[in-house]
Parts: sequence; structure tokens; C-alpha cells
Amino acid sequence: MSIQTEDVLKIAHLARLGLEQDRLAGYASDLSNIMGMVEQMNQTDTTGIEPMAHPLDQVQRLRSDRVTETDQRQVLQQNAPNTEDGLFLVPRVID
Amino acid sequence: MTMYNKSLKQLSTSLQNKDISSVELSQYFLERIKQYDGELNSVITLNEEAALLAAAQADKAIQAGGAGPLTGIPLLHKDIFCTEGLRTSCGSKMLDNFIAPYNATAVDKLSQAGTIMLGKTNMDEFAMGSSNETSFYGAVKNPWGLQTVPGGSSGGSAAAIAARLAPLASGTDTGGSIRQPAAFCGITGIKPTYGSVSRYGMIAFASSLDQAGAMAKSAEDAAYMLQAMSGFDEKDSTSVNRPVADLVSGLADSIKGLKIGLPKEFFSAELDDAVRLKVDEAIDAIKSAGAEVKEISLPNINLSVPAYYVVAPAECSANLSRFDGVRFGHRCDSPKDLEDLYTRSRGEGFGEEVKRRVMMGAYVLSAGYYDAYYKKAQQVRRLIQQDFVNAFKEVDIIASATAPSTAFTVGDKAGDPVSMYLSDIFTIGVNLAGLPGMSVPCGFVNEMPVGLQLIGNYYEESRLLNVAHQYQQLTDWHTRVPTGFEQE
Repeated sequence: MSIQTEDVLKIAHLARLGLEQDRLAGYASDLSNIMGMVEQMNQTDTTGIEPMAHPLDQVQRLRSDRVTETDQRQVLQQNAPNTEDGLFLVPRVID
Repeated sequence: MTMYNKSLKQLSTSLQNKDISSVELSQYFLERIKQYDGELNSVITLNEEAALLAAAQADKAIQAGGAGPLTGIPLLHKDIFCTEGLRTSCGSKMLDNFIAPYNATAVDKLSQAGTIMLGKTNMDEFAMGSSNETSFYGAVKNPWGLQTVPGGSSGGSAAAIAARLAPLASGTDTGGSIRQPAAFCGITGIKPTYGSVSRYGMIAFASSLDQAGAMAKSAEDAAYMLQAMSGFDEKDSTSVNRPVADLVSGLADSIKGLKIGLPKEFFSAELDDAVRLKVDEAIDAIKSAGAEVKEISLPNINLSVPAYYVVAPAECSANLSRFDGVRFGHRCDSPKDLEDLYTRSRGEGFGEEVKRRVMMGAYVLSAGYYDAYYKKAQQVRRLIQQDFVNAFKEVDIIASATAPSTAFTVGDKAGDPVSMYLSDIFTIGVNLAGLPGMSVPCGFVNEMPVGLQLIGNYYEESRLLNVAHQYQQLTDWHTRVPTGFEQE
């Protein structure tokens, strides 16, 4: 699998990742090499093998639907870059 | 014996006998960090003031007679664990300004056991790396050879233990990140069965693989630490709900009749000859204690690195989407719109290796590729797990080298991701299967440490630690201190 710089730009957009222009070719070559290694998986026939999502094949544990956490908005927002009245501020989305 | 080389039990006895106070012991190791860490760069943030307050509390507990084996013992935490009120950077510019608002459960448990946190250790950015060169805070140096890497991602913790800057350090292991640096730095490290230690407050990389564990000089010390960290936690949805096993009382058991499997795929062309010789010697020593050895096969294990580099990046790209410049972490200057805020904050906050893995993940999960890569990797993952399940029908533990070579030179693999990834070929399968594994120092090649990897069946940490401890009764590799760090 050969990944071109256009592919890198597309993937970076999917991941909302800003990349330096002069690194695009480098990423394309790195990702191509990694995909080449990954494709060794195709040596093995996995027809009918149940995919394994989790090492212990656990199911999600459920808990009763009751309030367990107290309001910690102020503490948790201390790390926020920009807040006002308890809200996270972002650039205007709708004019 | 020098203070820094004392075992946990010896330190604990000294504390209980009031030969030394926890404040003095903490000051002693803080001094060692200040003396030696300039060249190693193993610690990102010191916690001096709070550590000495906690040590004074521990001294009171000892005075009152309420002390456990870990009361008053200093330790370092990998900077991936949230520590309330203290910067938790995960080795990234993205979290350079992040003050954790709560403690990770593992941190809480170790602090309830009486340990004193001296600081936070350096690591590969977001635990993505095998050499500790991807840290925003600069590379960590291996105390056994300052031009070589300490391994990664828990490279700061491993280097700190090797240089005797603390008796204990926490680590995390997603594909070998405790065991490989433990091997490179000549220390003992254990990653327990997936789900044993809570992931709550441990910054997520690949959630179905991430597991915390203990790093120390010896298996005995690691056993005490791991036992204190382990246990069910409601706050981690994949935490295993079973009683914490007693990891300490079985250490002295005989290993006569123990069956050790040697996977032929791990004693292959990839393994450096000189490293192999040391591993063979270690296995002979374990045999001399009465264990039996058998060749086994893990036929699909050669696909573990390829499968891992689909599963881990896929989970990483999902987990790291939370870093968006809105709620915490780095935010770019004057974003022109929301899209610009996301892309520039992430572009500026993440380093190269993290970007590569986020892109790999986004790619293998993108429309049209899911079945060919992600589903395929999950199927291969099951084949690898089945190989281990079958092997453990025949043997009690599996042994191999932890890494194919000793520590490589700084910069050697930094420009070649695939060759870097292959330094974890012997450790990654264990994470895919969710099994416990550990690394134990077993000699030196050209004055650089070699690690013996021991892999156990699910929940068999006590057996692993038993074998490692018995091996350490026969050898003294784990007591060696690198040249230049011996001064008291």
C-alpha cells in the first residue's frame, strides 16, 4: 500500500490534525512503510475467525441509574483555555 | 549496605526500627535525583514539598504502630498517571499546562498504602515509543550507557530505578512499555493481567491493551508494589472484579517441577546471539532450581507487530480525539474558526510519533478500509491469543528474551518507525492476549543489561513473581548499579 501526500492530507483532515507542509512527503513515506508491515497480516487466512475486541471478552458492566458524582464543574474547568459563566468558549460557529 | 541498594523489606525494617525516618529517606532520594538526574532526564516534575509533608505523616503512622510494608517508602509515578494538583503532562506539549484535578486510582491506592510520591517520570509522548525519544521534555538517557536509550515508553521510570533514584516506580505497558525499558535498564518490571490495575486516571492510549504495573530492583519489591496497586475499581469499566491475589507469600515457594515453555519463534534470527546466550544461561539457572524446559510454538506470533499497529493506532486515534483545545490542554493562538481551533491546537500540541499513530488509526478506521485492516487485525489478535491458550495447556510459564538486542544508541532508530516498532516483537503478543508478563535482569552484553521475559497464564502473577524471585536468589544481576551512580 503506497500512501501519497494527497492521502495524508485527507487522513489529517479526518483526524483534525494540522501538519507542516514540508513534512507531508515524510509522513506519506512513513505511513506507506508502516502499512507495508501491517499487510503481512494478509499471509494468514482468517476466514471464520471471530474478531477479538477485548482480551478478556468482557461485556460492559452495568450499574444502577443513580447520581454518584457531585458537581465539580469549577474544579474541572480550571484547566480550560477559555470559559465564561461555567461554559467552555470556542470561536463563533453561527453568525 | 548502601541505602539506595536496600530492598523494600530492608527499608521498611529500618523505618519501623526508627533507624531512619521517612522524611530522611525521602530527602535522601530527592538529593540523589538532584545529583544525578541532570544527565539522565528521567524526572519531569518534582513533588518535593508535598512529598516531605506526606513523609512526616508516614512517620506519625509508624510512630503510632500502624505501618504496612510500604509505609514511608518513596516512589516515582510515570507522568501518565493523574496526580491531583500536580502537572500531569503525559510527556506531551499538549498537556504541558495540565494540572490533574483528581488522582488516578493506582496513585490513590499506593498513597493509601503509605508510599511517598517524589515526582513524575519522563516517558514517550502519550506512551507512544520504544526509546523515550518522543518526549516533549527531551530524551531520557540510559544510566548504563549515556549514549544509549533507556527503552520506552516507561523509560524515565526504568532509568530512575536503575540509577537508584527511588526504590519503586510505576509504569504502564501497552505493547512492552514496562518490560522493554526494564530489560534495557537492568531492572525488574511486571505488567499484570489486563484489568488487574485500574485504568481510571491513567491517560488512555489504547484502552484494550493499556495496563499499569510495577518497576523495581527486584521481583520481591515489585510484588509488594503490584499488590498495593491492584484491585477492582468501579470507575474503570474494564476492571476485573476478583479479589486481589496474595503476591508476596508465595515468593519463597519451590519451583521444582515447574514447566517452562520456550517458544521457538522467539529464539529466531531476530534475536541477537549474545543476548540469546545470556537468556540460555538464565534458563539453565532456573532449570537448576528444578524446573523443566520444553520447546513450544506460537505459530501466529510473527503477526503480533502488524496486528498491534492496527489495533493500537485505531484505539489511539479515538482516545486522543478528546484533545481538541476546548476543555483542557494546549490551545492555539487566535483561532479563526472551530475547525482551525481543532487542527492547529492538535497540530501544535502533538509530536511526530503521536501524529503518525493518530493518522494510522484514522486511516484504518476510515470508510472502506475497516474490514481489510481493523477487523482483520482483531481476527489475527484472536489467533495469537489462541496460540498462548494452547501453549499454557502444556507449560506453566513461557520464557524468552524481553527484547531482541540490548539498548540501542540514541538517534539510531528515531528516523525509521518500522525498525523502532520491531524492538517490541517479543513483548507485544502478551498485550494483545491480555496476559501477565515481566522482565528480569539476566546479565550483560558489552556492559549493557539483558532482560529475561517471563509470561504467565491469566491471573498467574504470583507464579511469575515466584519464579523471578527464585531466579534472583540464585543470581545478583538485579543488585548491580551502573558506574557513576554508586556514590552514597
